[in-house]
Amino acid sequence: MTRAEALAPAHTAAALLAVAPRLLGGVRLKSAAGPRRDAWLAALRALLPADVPWVRLPLHIADERLLGGLDLAATLASGRPVAQRGVLAQADGGIVLAAMAERMSSGTAARLSQVLDRGEVQATRDGMTFSSPARIALIALDEGIDEEALPAALGDRLALHIDLDAPLADEGPPLTATVVAAARERFAQVRCDDAVLEALVAAAAAFGIASARAGWFALCAARAAAALAGRDSVSAEDARLAVQWVLAPRATQLPPAPDEQVPAEPPPQESPELAADSAPQDPAPGTPEEDKPAPDAALEDQLIDAAQAAIPAGLLALLQGRSQRERRSASAGRAGATAASKQRGRPVGARRGEPRGGARLNLIETLRAAAPWQRLRRAQATAAAGVTSRRVWVERDDLHITRFQQRRATTTVFVLDASGSAALHRLAEAKGAVESLLADCYARRDNVAVIGFRGVGAQLLLPPTRSLVRARRSLAGLPGGGGTPLAAGLDAAQHLAEVVRRGGATALLVVLTDGRANIARDGLPGRERAQADALQAARSLAALGCATLLVDTSPQPTAAAQTLALAMNARYLALPYAAAQVVSSAVRAQRG
Amino acid sequence: MSIPFPFTAIVGQDEMKLAILIAAVDPSIGGVLVFGDRGTGKSTAVRALASLLPPMRVVVGCRYGCDPVALSAACADCRAHRERGEKLKSAAVPVPVVDLPLGATEDRIVGALDLERALAHGEKAFEPGLLARANRGFLYVDEVNLLEDHLVDLLIDVAASGENVVEREGLSVRHPARFVLVGSGNPEEGELRPQLLDRFGLAVDVKTPTDLATRVDVVRRRDAFERDPAGFSATWAAADERIRRRLVSARKHLAAVELPDAVLERAAQLCMALGTDGLRGELTLMRAARALAAYEGKSCVGDEQLRRIAAPALRHRLRRNPLDESDASARVERAVVELFGPA
Repeated sequence: MTRAEALAPAHTAAALLAVAPRLLGGVRLKSAAGPRRDAWLAALRALLPADVPWVRLPLHIADERLLGGLDLAATLASGRPVAQRGVLAQADGGIVLAAMAERMSSGTAARLSQVLDRGEVQATRDGMTFSSPARIALIALDEGIDEEALPAALGDRLALHIDLDAPLADEGPPLTATVVAAARERFAQVRCDDAVLEALVAAAAAFGIASARAGWFALCAARAAAALAGRDSVSAEDARLAVQWVLAPRATQLPPAPDEQVPAEPPPQESPELAADSAPQDPAPGTPEEDKPAPDAALEDQLIDAAQAAIPAGLLALLQGRSQRERRSASAGRAGATAASKQRGRPVGARRGEPRGGARLNLIETLRAAAPWQRLRRAQATAAAGVTSRRVWVERDDLHITRFQQRRATTTVFVLDASGSAALHRLAEAKGAVESLLADCYARRDNVAVIGFRGVGAQLLLPPTRSLVRARRSLAGLPGGGGTPLAAGLDAAQHLAEVVRRGGATALLVVLTDGRANIARDGLPGRERAQADALQAARSLAALGCATLLVDTSPQPTAAAQTLALAMNARYLALPYAAAQVVSSAVRAQRG
Repeated sequence: MSIPFPFTAIVGQDEMKLAILIAAVDPSIGGVLVFGDRGTGKSTAVRALASLLPPMRVVVGCRYGCDPVALSAACADCRAHRERGEKLKSAAVPVPVVDLPLGATEDRIVGALDLERALAHGEKAFEPGLLARANRGFLYVDEVNLLEDHLVDLLIDVAASGENVVEREGLSVRHPARFVLVGSGNPEEGELRPQLLDRFGLAVDVKTPTDLATRVDVVRRRDAFERDPAGFSATWAAADERIRRRLVSARKHLAAVELPDAVLERAAQLCMALGTDGLRGELTLMRAARALAAYEGKSCVGDEQLRRIAAPALRHRLRRNPLDESDASARVERAVVELFGPA
């Protein structure tokens, strides 16, 4: 491998996008900012014609800039509303880069989705209705770690999903701009015969991909690959590429094993220990050797094999339910599982005031306030000084500024002790209490997340979501029994609370436990060390300063749980008195 | 304007297509909510409506697209003209299908002070918003569950009253805004408030087709469309035209379709068995069944229509515990079978 290749990972995917940017919609580029990502972007840019627009979208772009709106300078100069083209319209026919896409608001994501769907911007804002072409391809730069992810609706509309942090397969020599240009010409003629199409769609189904877009994107990608190879019809190799970049990263399940002979083949490399490490130096299982022979094997099976090879090791482990301790690597390739909704300040109208100290002038309201007085003021000014040259008469009283309301969403994190000691008596009751709390969260439109701990570790059962159906499902599926790794549970809660807070929301923790830890942080049994670890975790949780409620699930109020509550600065509530309603009103009081 | 994907070329999703057609036959049913997986053709189906609906007659020059015949629903201007005995000119225009973009500001939705006239002439004039444009047509909200709450409230209010009242910036305007609200969304991304849920006449759940042939077909047609939009639309034009003709005829005969007392009783029994709140369920069920009968060219509503429309008309009205996971569609299905006997 030469140095140049090493610097431009996943260049095949860049070439695919360069062939048919509009049809493929774009790329979800998962990677930390750094030279690898820059190299990939540079490679893509080199493959596109020189005059293609290349626009970078800031994270908190205002709608006026994104979709277009009123041109302030021109409006004031001419005395009538003048429209201004937005960034998306300016990027027509080109590439739009969305930085830090994992933090994009769902509203912006929805607007981008609409534009991707139609190839035009259509907006009605600031007293104008307009539409202009915007045939763009979007590159969502996803720097998310942990539960942060690109809004699912947008991710679904981007054909190629690339994870630069995952080990990538060897791809062969990089393609040149001339090859790509030729492929662009050829693309329209490339045919795909029914057998290949059916195999692609079947592979999508086998991987549990619900969206019909995935199949269509796979077809487009396969055709682009064929065009790159100078072919007029899609071959198995092209289909393999499409699966690697389009279908495999979207997988939500492993295909049912076709027969008994297979299961030994792919998994051995991805043993749980390896998956937990997600070692980047580990070269991907050699895909080229695998798909060369076996001309008699059905194409679909080949594609599924290829996809399995392309799935990040951690995801594979997660899908097989082998190791759920290391979520960091597991969420890497999982597209569209979660979309945390983050509500930043939203404008809530305008009020009179001057744009000082960071306040933003609300132009429309200002002009609107000035509008009815124009004739009068002009007449007055003319009478007073004979000045008539000004088009618009704006006075200080007219100035309006936009008010923003920082609506901080609340995420209620349930930390459930599902260990044997708790489960025996109370798990069912605890679940009941949680369910009544969930109903409350529903009414308040809170997000909820569920962490369960038992056996040797904690597990995020439900990342923050508003979907109660999923919350309830994850609770119903919570098994009980095993040791009490209390420290691990509290650590997981702290971790999640930090993630929630990073997203701009307020975290509220509800811990349901009997406080009797018997598994230490390192996963070894031992009551004493476990208790010490749990207290330490509790104190560190207290340092975070989240509102916390501890519900004691033991039959009688215990000292252990009370000490724990004290350590984590939580409100203590014993379940015997905590009928469901009591718990839910306690939570309400806690959030203030 | 790009060519929309032809309505009849949408593979499967029959319940969704039927619900949209029925709402087009009788707009008073009160809108369709399409909830389901991503990439199932929700947006495509609604956008395909635009090409499917037959043109409507409007008063020339009326900013709200008033009907030259029906006076009761006309705006103040048109009514004043008529009362003075003036003859109103009319013209045929396509039925509006107005998209409510998620980024729309409130003043663009309800209407606001006309900035241009205010600046140029110092006049205080009202500039109608999206609600005025959607009058007598469809208002489509994609990702309705992500719409800001205050806008959702506003839409509910106007959709229910059929009138948009603007009191802002010293303006005081009211104008007709009768539209069919079509909302789509994905429940995984957030649920709709129950108050809004109930306002939709019909609710449809769309799911990704599970059999391979259908899925292949979806991709194949999409491919054919992207290669040659005009040619592809032309091959489906005849089928689209047939549906359009049925729609026109259904609208014409809708009022004449009989609704026997026995069927009314059945509808009430069904709603009672399911314990739906209020009378909106019965009303919608009856209207939808009548629209379906009209669409099928029947002169009288029968049990057959009730059966077919029960699920979309009632599934979102069942009183439910938000945590209750039992499938509402299945509950309706069971009640139907109990009442009518197995199909």
